Amino acid sequence: MIRTEEMLLNVGPQHPSTHGVFRVIVKIDGETIVEATPVIGYLHRGTEKLAEDLTYTQIIPYTDRMDYLSAMIGNYALVHAVETLMGLEIPERAEYLRVIAMELNRIASHLVWFGTYLLDIGALTPFLYAFREREKILRLFAELSGARLTYSYMRIGGVKWDVPDDGWLGRVRRFIDDFKGALEEFHTLVTGNEIVQARLKGVGKYDQETAIAYGLTGVNLRSTGVAYDVRKAKPYSIYDRFDFEVPVRTEGDLWARYLLRMAELEQSRRIVEQAVAQFPSGGEIMAKLPKLIRPPAGEVYTSVESPRGELGVYILSEGKPQPYRIHFRRPSFVNLQLLPKLLVGENIANMIAILGSIDIVLGEVDA
Amino acid sequence: MRDWLYEPLSAERFGWMVLSILILLGVLLFLVTYAIYVQRKLLGWMQSRVGPNRVGPYGLLQTIADVLKLLTKESFVPTHADRPLYLLAPIVAFAPAFVVFAVIPLTDRIAFTDIGIGLLFYIGVASLSTLGVIMGGWASNNKWSLIGAMRAAAMMISYEIPLVLAALGVVMLAGSINLVDIVEAQRGVWNVVPQFVGFVIFLIAALAELNRTPFDLTEAESELIAGYQVEYSGFRFAIFMLGEYVYLFAMGALIAILYFGGWLPPHPALDFIPGIVWLVVKTLFFAYLPFWLQATFPRVRIDQLMTFSWKVLMPLALVNIAFTSLVKTIAGGVS
Repeated sequence: MIRTEEMLLNVGPQHPSTHGVFRVIVKIDGETIVEATPVIGYLHRGTEKLAEDLTYTQIIPYTDRMDYLSAMIGNYALVHAVETLMGLEIPERAEYLRVIAMELNRIASHLVWFGTYLLDIGALTPFLYAFREREKILRLFAELSGARLTYSYMRIGGVKWDVPDDGWLGRVRRFIDDFKGALEEFHTLVTGNEIVQARLKGVGKYDQETAIAYGLTGVNLRSTGVAYDVRKAKPYSIYDRFDFEVPVRTEGDLWARYLLRMAELEQSRRIVEQAVAQFPSGGEIMAKLPKLIRPPAGEVYTSVESPRGELGVYILSEGKPQPYRIHFRRPSFVNLQLLPKLLVGENIANMIAILGSIDIVLGEVDA
Repeated sequence: MRDWLYEPLSAERFGWMVLSILILLGVLLFLVTYAIYVQRKLLGWMQSRVGPNRVGPYGLLQTIADVLKLLTKESFVPTHADRPLYLLAPIVAFAPAFVVFAVIPLTDRIAFTDIGIGLLFYIGVASLSTLGVIMGGWASNNKWSLIGAMRAAAMMISYEIPLVLAALGVVMLAGSINLVDIVEAQRGVWNVVPQFVGFVIFLIAALAELNRTPFDLTEAESELIAGYQVEYSGFRFAIFMLGEYVYLFAMGALIAILYFGGWLPPHPALDFIPGIVWLVVKTLFFAYLPFWLQATFPRVRIDQLMTFSWKVLMPLALVNIAFTSLVKTIAGGVS
């Protein structure tokens, strides 16, 4: 009689497909996962606690390092909460710059997801094509803010830098036009591929109730048929001025999430296109503010749509330059909680594909 | 050359044998070195990169630098490894890939040995290299390499069968399993035309046999890190890689011989170009095809791979055999 035994397999934190320092201990029977226990915290820096000793402006660089793939949106989430608490009026030019920066950043972030996700399922080339496009965005950001990844571009009351006056908007425009072709290229190379479809369709499924019960947001929620996008549900900034759609699918599997992110690339592209066309020709980029920012005592919770879901910021202020307590609702962290449930009964190849489709950024999970 | 096997062994003959073996080895090593270079260049171009261009003119010495680096690394054996098996595995994986070159005829006159059962020898010996992979995976005493080895075993069983069944169609057409006879039987028309289904099955099964994308499940970097090679480094890792690349050429040569007329030119008018050139061109094409696929496809899942082999390739190969024999019987009846 052959004795079989379950095996404990330690995946990560140095595994190439855990997207950073994520670790999951899986109990496997052959290649089938019986139990999965995620271990997080390798990148925990105590951002929320650190923030209690920092002025609001000093917290901005910390938001860069949470979701480092979409630092612009992290910046905005913080300054938006503070501005709401203070009831500030933001100059129009700054709002346009913010929207352009955020949506370009969403494209860059989804491109990283697209490239690494295909690496996860074994295709090498899409990664390089995606990074080729992302590089163009990073160059635009470097010209705008001086940084490629951690921009700290947003300020309470506006943005730090005005548009570079050497035709930066024209270059954004050109990128946005060219990006149409790149998207088509991605679809030709990847979306139509039989193997990709065979790998993604019907895998990693969950229903709407589960998604809502676990508090999933972003694409992870929209893939189950809920049309919830913070930009539409609780409009912030000037998103109500743009014509864009919230792509929704009902399958709830990897394929649905793949197609949704690809569709969001196109929607973000449309928003940037409109924002560049409507861009005001003059005006301030910063509201009039005292040197030291002291929001009134009180509390505020605002949220924005990050590439990973609803990114919320809660601030409890005592009227001092530092917050009494600040909390970030990090979508990667919330979305990740579903993982152990999804992994049971899947094999190792599917495990990697499912983890990738949740689209986590460990800087944000661990904060 | 081929008479050697049937004549008494003298010192002079032995010397010639050793010399020709060394020549074969040298040619293959040279080919492999530049195959890796060309692969990296091609992959680079396909992926909008430039590929190696630092070491030597146009990066031509890159592979040599890489090999030197691997050779000078510490020879490391994990503490809990099964030492004898661990040391033996790279050799077992690598030797068959070289041995099969012995039976591959380069032209109708140049062959290292011309044994009657060439094809059978090739398939039999080539499948031994999987044994090295399984040994390496088991002996490393690492869970990742064990899973890789498990996958290798499963893949060998499911892909060897369609491979052999597909090749049977060619054997039936030629009426021989001698590789020279098989090529000679293609004087009129290359086997790829009457045996197109067989060719497709053979190509797919060969890719799986070679562990190339989309069937690179035993290595599967994003899943198993490097599969059976996880614990191998330096020289032993180089041997594994070398075996893999040489096998790639051996398989390319076999496909050229079985389906594309070996050293025969596409048209008799092109006879002035020596046969060996044709064979090399065809071999290189089929040795590079996997790199092209590697740049295009993602990886299939292990269960999909199994289903595909047993439920699609196997029945198709059997139908191909039945059809070939039917055609052959009818054609034979008429003449």
